[in-house]
Parts: sequence; structure tokens; C-alpha cells
Amino acid sequence: MNLTSLLNSLPGAVAQGLIWGIMAIGVYITYKVLDLADLTVDGSMATGGAVCVMLMLNGCNVWLALACAVLAGMLAGLMTGIFHTAMGIPPILSGILTQLSLYSINLAIMGFKANQGINVTKYALIVSQRNVRELSLSNPILTSLVVLALVIAVLYWFFGTELGSSLRATGANAAMSRAQGINTNVCKILGLMISNGIVALSSAMLSHYQGFVDVNMGRGAIVIGLAAVIISDVLFGKLFRNFALKLAGVAIGAVIYYIVIQIVLWLGLNTNLLKLLSALIVAVFLAVPYWKGNRKGGRGHA
Amino acid sequence: MLELVNVRKTFNPKTVNEKVALDEVNLRLADGDFVTVIGGNGAGKSTMLNAIAGVWPIDSGRIAIDGYEITHLPEYRRAALLGRVFQDPMTGTAATMQIEENLALAARRGQKRTLKAGITRQERETYREKLAKLGLGLEDRMTAKVGLLSGGQRQALTLLMAALKKPKLLLLDEHTAALDPRTAQKVLALSEQIVTENNLMTLMVTHNMRDAIRYGNRLVMMNEGRVILDVSGEEKKHLTVEMLMDAFARASGEAFANDRILLS
Repeated sequence: MNLTSLLNSLPGAVAQGLIWGIMAIGVYITYKVLDLADLTVDGSMATGGAVCVMLMLNGCNVWLALACAVLAGMLAGLMTGIFHTAMGIPPILSGILTQLSLYSINLAIMGFKANQGINVTKYALIVSQRNVRELSLSNPILTSLVVLALVIAVLYWFFGTELGSSLRATGANAAMSRAQGINTNVCKILGLMISNGIVALSSAMLSHYQGFVDVNMGRGAIVIGLAAVIISDVLFGKLFRNFALKLAGVAIGAVIYYIVIQIVLWLGLNTNLLKLLSALIVAVFLAVPYWKGNRKGGRGHA
Repeated sequence: MLELVNVRKTFNPKTVNEKVALDEVNLRLADGDFVTVIGGNGAGKSTMLNAIAGVWPIDSGRIAIDGYEITHLPEYRRAALLGRVFQDPMTGTAATMQIEENLALAARRGQKRTLKAGITRQERETYREKLAKLGLGLEDRMTAKVGLLSGGQRQALTLLMAALKKPKLLLLDEHTAALDPRTAQKVLALSEQIVTENNLMTLMVTHNMRDAIRYGNRLVMMNEGRVILDVSGEEKKHLTVEMLMDAFARASGEAFANDRILLS
């Protein structure tokens, strides 16, 4: 264990954290704003990359490819939304169904191969792992920060509009929203689409960053997203009241998550056990409010 | 004008728990009618309001407001015509949103929600004035989350929201039942004030016979999904709790045995 190797790995952890932070903001929108746990993300976290990489390999312009990736993610959200609202399937199950179907869809997009590489020297990728320790404009940390800021700005604007407010209201109190004339089904679908569009953008960026897209790259994405949301809640919950700050907090949460992972790996944890560790940590943090509630209840009865 | 014609609703049909909640209900309200609705538990009072609001579809019959048939409209579309206050103070407002945001949501009832600002400076001023009239000091806490308010404050806010965009019909569903007696009386007085100021056609469900007699120009009693008594005008003004209990016994063939109503 030498400290230099840890320090050397930190820029990569930050860049990855920022890219996954964009995904975590997508998770925040469904989990916190809409109050739906949407498991679609495990699939759409590969869809965005698949669409973007395949389009670029076929000569498509990078920005157009990114836009198509976002659209593909939104379609995935639409699918989950229709399962949930028009077909009455519980949200978690709706997400699982979409996620499963996306596995096939993603393979189909990638020409029925489990992964597809894209070389940074041949294609105009917006972020690349190769430049992560460079002090230049092509550093992925810088690009990711810019994209992150744009995403936060657009979301901040949107959730302040009439339509955005009705989405927030739907998540806060669906019965009240309907009584105020809000079509809560449309709002849920729209929220799922926005969320998965953002996740797909993150996915496309991640495939650029690592130089390939893999059909399994989204596995466990929801857990990473939840971890980021929870870390941000614990650290900044009292501090960040403003919506834009909350979104930024989620991205910081993702960065912290990746730094912690990097440290744990540096300490010698077997990489294969990483997902177990993540799941357990998230489970404990999710349980904290429940445990706190129980303790209060107990005292009340005594 | 509100019309309910042969409205029927059965919960859990074809199961052992089958319950006919509304049994061919016929009711007609004229504009400006303030009708109080009483009845025992399971009489169909709240069910009738939910049928009008479109919380679920009815089995048969029809519902129209001002001759406009709403029987098959989804809940959110009917909202344009309705103001609603619920029994649970939590139901009528979004707890995690600000007071002014809740009002802004209500101000857009019946309108298409666009990408324009969710709340404008001009609106804020209007809300401040309206909140000040409530006399609860809410005008100084407009950016506070509604979850921080007491039950009474939340019901007052919900009332304000219900009347913000003048509805054709105001539905008050035991909206004071969860409040302490003093607060309940305040909210009732506020309800009456809002109804009178805006000349709103109103259906108010209550479990309190005295309130049912004191407020409104007409009283409807329900039992087992039917309207069994309908009193208005002078006759209503002279009603007493005893007369209501007698009327109930005559109409239903059983004594009015409901602790909640007798004790309140």
C-alpha cells in the first residue's frame, strides 16, 4: 500500500464520480422528487452508451449521438411510465420489466455483442480516461463539471416552471395534485423520461470515458445513485436548501462514493466484493430513518 | 347547478365484503346552495363527495355540473370545476412544498401547465393579501414548507386554495373532524365566510349535528347509501338535534346509534 498509488487514482475517481453524479441526479428526480424507486436505470445506464457509441462508430456526429442517447433513455423511461400508469404495474416492478427488456434491446443496439470499443484517437469523444491527469481543457473532470452544471441549470429552471411544479406536487401529494387538476399519470411518465434521459447522458459519457460500452455497465446503477443521494442527504441535508444546491450535493455524493471505493480498493478489498459492500452500506443508510422513527415511537409509548 | 341522477357505487363487488355505498342517489343542488350532509358511519356521505370528485368511476347513474356531464371525466379534469377540502389536513396540501407554491398550484387549477414560471412576483402579492385575511400570520411565512403548519392552519390554507380559482362547487369532506373543537369552530367560520363571499355552491359533510344545523341553507341526511332526509329554507332554520334523531329513526326504522354523532 503506497500513498502515491492512491493519490494517482484519485483524479480518475473524481472524474468517474462526476459522470456517475449526473446519473445520480437522474435517480434523485425519481426517488426524491417523484417518490418512485425506478430500477429502469440499471438498463438505461447501458442504453445511452450503446446508442452513442454505435452511432459514432457509424460516423454520426458526437453531439447528435449524445442527443440520440438522451432520447433513447427517455424512451426507456416512457416504457416504465406506461407499465406503471396505463397498465397499473407497481413502479418497482415496472422498472424491473423495462430493465430486463433493455438487456435485450441494448444487445441489439450493440449488434448483439456484449461490448463495443471506441477509440479516443479516432473519434471525437467528449471525455476520456486518458486525459484524466492532464492539466488541459480536454481533462474529463472539467468537461464533466461543465455538463453537470448545464444539467443542474436546466433542471433548476424546469422544476421552477408550472409544469415542473406539477411534477414536484405529484411526488409530494398525488391526491392533492389531482384535486388541483394535475394529471399525475402524465407527470409520472414525464418525470421518468427526464430521469432516464439524464441517466442515458451519463451512460454515454461513461462509455466515452472508459472507451467502450458494455451491456453490464449499468448493473447496480440504482444502488450507486441511491448511495449518492443518501450521502448528500447525510452530509448536506441541513446545509443545502436550494434545489440547485441539492442536485449539486447529489453529484458531490457520487464523487465521495467513488473516492471511498477507491480507498477501500487501495486498502486491499477484492474488487468482486465491491457490489456487496455498496449494497450493505446503502441498506444501512436507508434503515437509519426507520430506526430513528422506531426509537421515537418507543419513547412515546413508554 | 349540481345534479346526481341514480348514482350507484358498490365497493368490492361480488366478494363477501361487497358493500353498496351509494344506492341510487338522487340529489340536485341549485347555484348558491350550501348543503350540509350528515349520517352515520358508512352512510355514503364521503362516498358521494368522492363520486362527484371522480376519485373512482361510479357503477351507474350520471353526474352533471351546470348541465355539463362529468360522469366519465377523470379526477384531474373535474378539478377545474371543484374546490375540495379533505378530512385529513395532510391530504389537501403538499407538505414538502412552500405555502406560496401550494397556492400557485391551486391558482392554475383547470389551466394547462406550461413552461412559464411556476409563480410570479405579482401572484405573491395577491397571496400575501389573501393569507393576511386569514389572520393566522401565514403572510409572513410564505416560503415556509406547509409541513411545518398545524392541522388548523393547513385546513385554512386548503380552503383558501379551494376558493382561489372560484369553483362551481365546493366539497368539504368532514374537514374539521381531525381538529380540536376550538380550531374546528374557527375553520368552520372561515368556511362559511369563504362560501358567502364567493357565493359558492357547497356540499359540506359533517358528523356534528349542531354544525349541520347551524351552517348552510339546506340539510341532507344519508343512511345506507341513500338520501333519507332533505330539509331547506325556514324548516331547516328551526331544526333541532332531537328532531334530526327522530327523523332518522322514522326514515331508517332504527335509532340513530352513532356515538360519534351523539357525543359531539
